[in-house]
Amino acid sequence: MRKIGKQEIEDMAIGAALLGTGGGGDPYIGKLMALQAIEEYGEVILLDPEEVPDDALVVPSSMMGAPTVMLEKAPSGEEAIRAFNQLEEYLGEKIYGTFPIEAGGVNSMLPFALAARLGIPVIDADGMGRAFPELQMVTFYLDGISATPAIIADEKGNTALLSTIDNVWTERIARSATIQMGGSVMCAMYSMTAKDLKKSGITNILKLEEEIGKSIRLAKINNVNPIEKILETVNGFELFKGKVIDIDRKTESGFAKGVATFEGLEQNKGENLKLRFQNEHLIAQTNEKVLCMTPDLIAVLDSETGLPITTEGIRYGSRCVVIGIPCHPKWRTEKGIATVGPNYFGYDMAYTPVEELVKKGVTQ
Amino acid sequence: MATYRIGIDVGGTHTDAVLLNDKNEVISETKASTTEDVATGIYHAMHKIVSHANVPKENIKYAMLGTTHCTNAIVERKRLNQVAVVRIGAPATLAVKPLIGVPNDLRELLGEHVFLVRGGHEFDGREIVELDENHLYEIANELKEKVDSIAITSVFSPVSKAHEERAAEIFQEVLGDSIALSLSSEIGSVGLLERENATILNASVINVAKMAAEGFIDALKNEGIQAKVFFGQNDGTLMSVKYAMKYPIFTVACGPTNSLRGASYLSELSDAIVVDVGGTTSDVGVLVQSFPRESSLAVEIGGARTNFRMPDLVSIGLGGGTIIKIEDEHSFTIGPESVGYRLPEKGLVFGGDTLTTTDVVVALGKSNLGDVKKVSHLDKNLLDKIYVRMVEMVEEAIDRMKTSADPVPVILVGGGSILLPETLKGASHVIRPNHSGVANAIGSAIAQVSGQVEKIFVLDEIGRAAALQSAKEQAIKEAVEAGAEPSSVEIVDIEDVPLAYLPGNATRVRVKAAGDLKYQSEVATH
Repeated sequence: MRKIGKQEIEDMAIGAALLGTGGGGDPYIGKLMALQAIEEYGEVILLDPEEVPDDALVVPSSMMGAPTVMLEKAPSGEEAIRAFNQLEEYLGEKIYGTFPIEAGGVNSMLPFALAARLGIPVIDADGMGRAFPELQMVTFYLDGISATPAIIADEKGNTALLSTIDNVWTERIARSATIQMGGSVMCAMYSMTAKDLKKSGITNILKLEEEIGKSIRLAKINNVNPIEKILETVNGFELFKGKVIDIDRKTESGFAKGVATFEGLEQNKGENLKLRFQNEHLIAQTNEKVLCMTPDLIAVLDSETGLPITTEGIRYGSRCVVIGIPCHPKWRTEKGIATVGPNYFGYDMAYTPVEELVKKGVTQ
Repeated sequence: MATYRIGIDVGGTHTDAVLLNDKNEVISETKASTTEDVATGIYHAMHKIVSHANVPKENIKYAMLGTTHCTNAIVERKRLNQVAVVRIGAPATLAVKPLIGVPNDLRELLGEHVFLVRGGHEFDGREIVELDENHLYEIANELKEKVDSIAITSVFSPVSKAHEERAAEIFQEVLGDSIALSLSSEIGSVGLLERENATILNASVINVAKMAAEGFIDALKNEGIQAKVFFGQNDGTLMSVKYAMKYPIFTVACGPTNSLRGASYLSELSDAIVVDVGGTTSDVGVLVQSFPRESSLAVEIGGARTNFRMPDLVSIGLGGGTIIKIEDEHSFTIGPESVGYRLPEKGLVFGGDTLTTTDVVVALGKSNLGDVKKVSHLDKNLLDKIYVRMVEMVEEAIDRMKTSADPVPVILVGGGSILLPETLKGASHVIRPNHSGVANAIGSAIAQVSGQVEKIFVLDEIGRAAALQSAKEQAIKEAVEAGAEPSSVEIVDIEDVPLAYLPGNATRVRVKAAGDLKYQSEVATH
């Protein structure tokens, strides 16, 4: 058990941007919500999953809709509470604690804002270990945990209870309702017992996030190379060092898709790297070989500060280090790869773990 | 009758001034030191150019001022207005109250009177809830005698500004015409906190802008000049005194913009990279169709995150006064410390005790400033290495600003541009125009008048062509209303950005039109 104050939130927000692997929405607004809630209601208790009784009811707190809308019409703070209260009423049981559905991006911070106000703990686990764009792309889905019953709530006081036959229907109905409710809502879905969370979630991800942010912050203070510290912290690999020479973006059915091209510097001089993304970075490949592919994590870091760069922030001339991080073993199962592997995103390649790719690569 | 215009640009180190004739030729120019109160420096510079030029004073018809008054006030947290912050959007947005994320000292100064009112709009223009007018009346009565400036921000006001306008009416009704009102829809785009911060900062520098304007007009009068006064704004166009007093925040980045615009005018190039080498730093910016390329990232002013458009610049610690430290015969550091405006006393070639970048170029025979004998003892091999690194620093900055690998023209301006060679990596050619030392003051003098619109259109309803056409017409109308000669007005920038995840193909359209200042025979003052 540990108390989380403002500094810890600042550090986690940086780690959340890195695990967002280019997407996930800017954690900035979520960070401010968490900071304000801590300022008004006090520090938040963070529990290791092992500290939570097996039969406790736990529910992630997340947002759904357009991040652009959330940046203009910020939440009231009440909608997440209302969603939790209604779910408690429906299930006839108190919610013991909350946790992020995805550790990457804006959703990583929202449970802290809620937990401070409700006085419940945050549990150190999530359902992705990174960021992904779709509702079923959570490790809970792999173990057959249902998204519903789900509550979505807006700031006006409207709530909707969804009880659906499968997660595709949840997604379909929730998206339509979200638009009517103003484009951005707070959700309480994927309720489960702590036992399920321990089994199906990715644990100690917030601790990792905080360590990432802290090592970047301390590297700056101590004037050491932040990239090495980050790689140590996440067990990652430096894939490529280069500068952006081309960025080709298009918006397709609501997703920011595109390719960024990097020209190699130093040890990569003479090589080019192509980074393919759809909200999040999906594939990193040179002319000869693939270096990393989804669901392994690909992050682009500023070569001087080590700070993560989002796909919107990539600009011609930026000096970057592209790193690869092994994803959680749960994603490396057959169902995991089918759900979030390269084929699902339309790439005709067989998933190979990053640690094997950096050794030999896959010839195209 | 020949007419003349004055252009003044106040920078951190120098206040530059020029007098141009109606063909925009430089009649006289000067560089004076910027003074702590800013105003004295402006008067000195103006007096110098007017007395040197010896033209009939009644023929000086326009005076353009690009100034850092407002920027300084925000950065120093001094002379700020008594501000009230009114956000319309509750029950939404309560989870992030106004000024969260702004440095504490600024939050204390500006956050004394903060109000959250029910109202605001959805992304598609529907009301979130009805505007709480009674609450606004209560607030207005509570604020009597307490504040002199109010910042009003309503959720999705770039889509519908109805609630901001109604709130402004109520405040005016209760508090009278003397209360300054800043409306966020007039200031920034989508992104509540950033737009709100910009609006609050705007509200806080209304008095500063008023004093700057009045001081400038008085100084002109003291010189016997009855010119129409304009202020330079961030986008390189002019605003009237009346407008500048309402939207002073638009002056905060006019300095770098003026130097880019001046470089474009002097070199007759519309698309190029501009390197402005000052005493302490070099700013590298990009000209696109004669205007600065704007930054797409959030810009911090005085530590507060804002979202209005600023020129996209890379600033590096290399100027004419940058200090070189030699550690042994192989290693050295360049800056970022600088002797700045004290170069004429500190630099070795001027008899001082500090090795600067200027000394390096003099010692290598690339410039003949000061006394070359004072640097003849230095190791030429090492100096060569230092020089190569200096040039590399600039070349890297140029490369960072390019959008493709193709070589582009590079224009060098600013007093420190003697540091740089005739060829640069990545440059198709290097241009060093005449009067490049006062490019910024020229940029201020030649500025055009503009109009801009930014709106969200639902393209499924009106179609893209009709949306763009409507935005263009509105921008042109605004430019003409601001004082542009209708025949000279052109669309200088169009941007349409689809908003992800929204239905109906919602797109944000931004159009800017600009034209030459309309010649007016009668002289208007504010």
